[in-house]
Amino acid sequence: MKQLMIAVRATLVLALVTGVAYPLLVTGLSQLIFPHQANGSLAPVHGKIVGSELIGQRFTKPQYFHGRPSAAGNDGYDAIAPGGGASNYGPTNQKLVDRVQADMKTFRAENPTFTGPVPADLLTTSGSGLDPDISPASAEAQAGRVASARGMTVEAVRQLIAAHTQGRQFGILGEPRVNVLELNLALDQAAGAK
Amino acid sequence: MTWPALGQLAIFVAMLVAITRPLGAYMAAVYSGKRTFLSPALSPLERAIYRACGINPAIEQTWTSYAAATLLFGLVNFALFYVLLRLQGFLPWNPQGFGTARAPAGSLPVTPDLAFNTAVSFMTNTSWQSYPGEMTLGYFAQMAGVGVQSFTSAAAGMAVAVALIRGFIRERTGFVGNFWADMTRSAVYVLLPISFVGALFLCSQGVIQCLRPYLQVATVEGAAQTLPMGPVASQESIKLLSSDGGGFFNANSAHPFENPTPLTNLLEMLLMLAVPAGMTYTFGRMVNDRRQGWTLFAVMLALFGAGALAVTWSEQAGNPILSAAGVEHRPGLGQAGGNMEGKETRFGVGASALFSVVSTASADGAVNSSHDSFTPAGGLVQLFNLTTGEVIFGGVGTGLVSMLFMVVVTVFIAGLLVGRTPEYLGKKVEAKEMKMVMLSLVATSGVVLVLAGAAFLMRFDRGSYWNPTPALTENLTNHGAHGLSELLYANASAAATNGSAFGGLNANTPWFNLTLGLAMLVGRFLVIVPALAIAGCLTRKKRLAVTGGTMPTYGWLFGGLLVGTIVLVTALTFLPALALGPIAEHYLMHLGIPVR
Repeated sequence: MKQLMIAVRATLVLALVTGVAYPLLVTGLSQLIFPHQANGSLAPVHGKIVGSELIGQRFTKPQYFHGRPSAAGNDGYDAIAPGGGASNYGPTNQKLVDRVQADMKTFRAENPTFTGPVPADLLTTSGSGLDPDISPASAEAQAGRVASARGMTVEAVRQLIAAHTQGRQFGILGEPRVNVLELNLALDQAAGAK
Repeated sequence: MTWPALGQLAIFVAMLVAITRPLGAYMAAVYSGKRTFLSPALSPLERAIYRACGINPAIEQTWTSYAAATLLFGLVNFALFYVLLRLQGFLPWNPQGFGTARAPAGSLPVTPDLAFNTAVSFMTNTSWQSYPGEMTLGYFAQMAGVGVQSFTSAAAGMAVAVALIRGFIRERTGFVGNFWADMTRSAVYVLLPISFVGALFLCSQGVIQCLRPYLQVATVEGAAQTLPMGPVASQESIKLLSSDGGGFFNANSAHPFENPTPLTNLLEMLLMLAVPAGMTYTFGRMVNDRRQGWTLFAVMLALFGAGALAVTWSEQAGNPILSAAGVEHRPGLGQAGGNMEGKETRFGVGASALFSVVSTASADGAVNSSHDSFTPAGGLVQLFNLTTGEVIFGGVGTGLVSMLFMVVVTVFIAGLLVGRTPEYLGKKVEAKEMKMVMLSLVATSGVVLVLAGAAFLMRFDRGSYWNPTPALTENLTNHGAHGLSELLYANASAAATNGSAFGGLNANTPWFNLTLGLAMLVGRFLVIVPALAIAGCLTRKKRLAVTGGTMPTYGWLFGGLLVGTIVLVTALTFLPALALGPIAEHYLMHLGIPVR
């Protein structure tokens, strides 16, 4: 009985310390020291928020680079999709094969000038459904389409890709990648500056 | 396998080895009641908690009293979390109004069975989640519910490990320590400071930490997107450190707001293994024979490394069915390639494969990629890790406990082979200890096979309360061999108190919520109570002197024997099920036969 009372008190006291004091302290300090990161690394364009640098968004127009296919929500890149963001297809699931084949067809139709093999990340969905990045190879595969849709030279588009390619962190961690939103905003900015 | 993937594995292992000794030594000092460099800052908090709770840390408990304390603490935690979940509509910091009439469309109501499953899940340090966090829980339920359970369940697990260690140190007392003091010290001196520093670092890298409502934005192309918000960083670091693993968001550590960069990914992996690895050194230090601790560490690391290499190799090789459809899997020319379904570009297959092995080996269960979409060989390693019963580093505290169970089995087998009474660290291993270990092993693996088997056989009426579809296999996303893996994984994950998932299983029905809840209770308390019983038994025995006939329980020979025992026990129990799941699917994939 005595132990039960201790259990009740210990649970409540620890709930106050670890469940209220600790997260509120971290919130206060984060808001003070890292306000940009703590509030979602938001990306403003002319003072208007167009999304988060960290969260992928859907691009469909030919003049923009497209992200990876996304299983989040009906149209993809739904950050509050109740069913989550992953396809959860196993490697032998026929639905996976069908989806990849359909996406392959779409990609070839949208990018007639690109004839090379299609990189793996451009035909697969990410675990979060919110992947903000594509591989440099996937950006290169779309460079021709974006250039012709914008009336830019492919070389100019490639330069922008190179400028927005992040290598492996510290040269070893993770994989090289291109943030699709940042690259597309840079394209718009280059067009506006002309 | 690519060189950067191997390099990342090497860096990770080097960092893990580097932190094991200082953290282990620190924990040994904490549990021995010695002063540490953090004592000036934290001992006032420790004493304040003792005062507020009426704890006298000097009182020694027998194993039954210690076990009663552990169970009561779990019960009260469960009750508090259950109430918070059911009443979250009335609680503050709930800007989306979950649990009220103004909850957003598509949000999930916390039904009694879901609340039971979730409360059991976090109280048992499993954090299996039948719900998507960002569409179910308000910020208060996340902080004071999920967050608190991460601390308390981890602290309780660490306390149990310390009690078991004392079994090997003490002679002829019968007392194993004070649960309340051990638990409080774990939370105050180990979990709080590390997660505090970790949270601030994660936030600096882009993990969010705010109490604002979800943000509606118009994207570049003009579509509407809702960005979920919340106090994520504070929860993220304790989620990993506590081997709890329940994500703030449904996508867990694949979500860019939980794990934005390869660097945060590395840190998150280290947080998952820090305490379980450090505990091996704590053990060696406390039993005053560090070789014993390092031998356990080496065995864990060997099993871990083998698994990591196998998964990385298999994921990089990719999926031949998709290769045939024209997908380029090979690394080079601006992509790392591999089986990228369910994986994030910033991590690639290397950092995803490694994370998945860390997560399934430790009892954490955080995921940075969709385990369901791994190649069959990758899934096989994940399932194997779960079915070893969290001995490859394992949970905080419970990992060392489970490993010591396997050590007891090993010295028992070795004793039988040479015809001597088995002993470990000078304590005789007798019938009572063996019975407790076998009870734990049989119960925790039996519950996996029985419940997974039952899930295939059960039939319900259509629209039944228990499960809306007649066959439980209709809750699966994948069918055939992979469907079996999905069901097996769910039960293995619950019984190993891991909590990761092959996410394709829709487990939010009363049947799965209740049966998986049962598996978690078995997986938690049929490890903890037998461990404390053994501790009680051992403290009463005297410590025998080492003689020429004593079998050394350190070094390569014993380490090899221990690895063999772990593999053998797991394989004997689970090989038939694994053969029908991932192993069968491996051949289907290489024959190029997809399943409808």
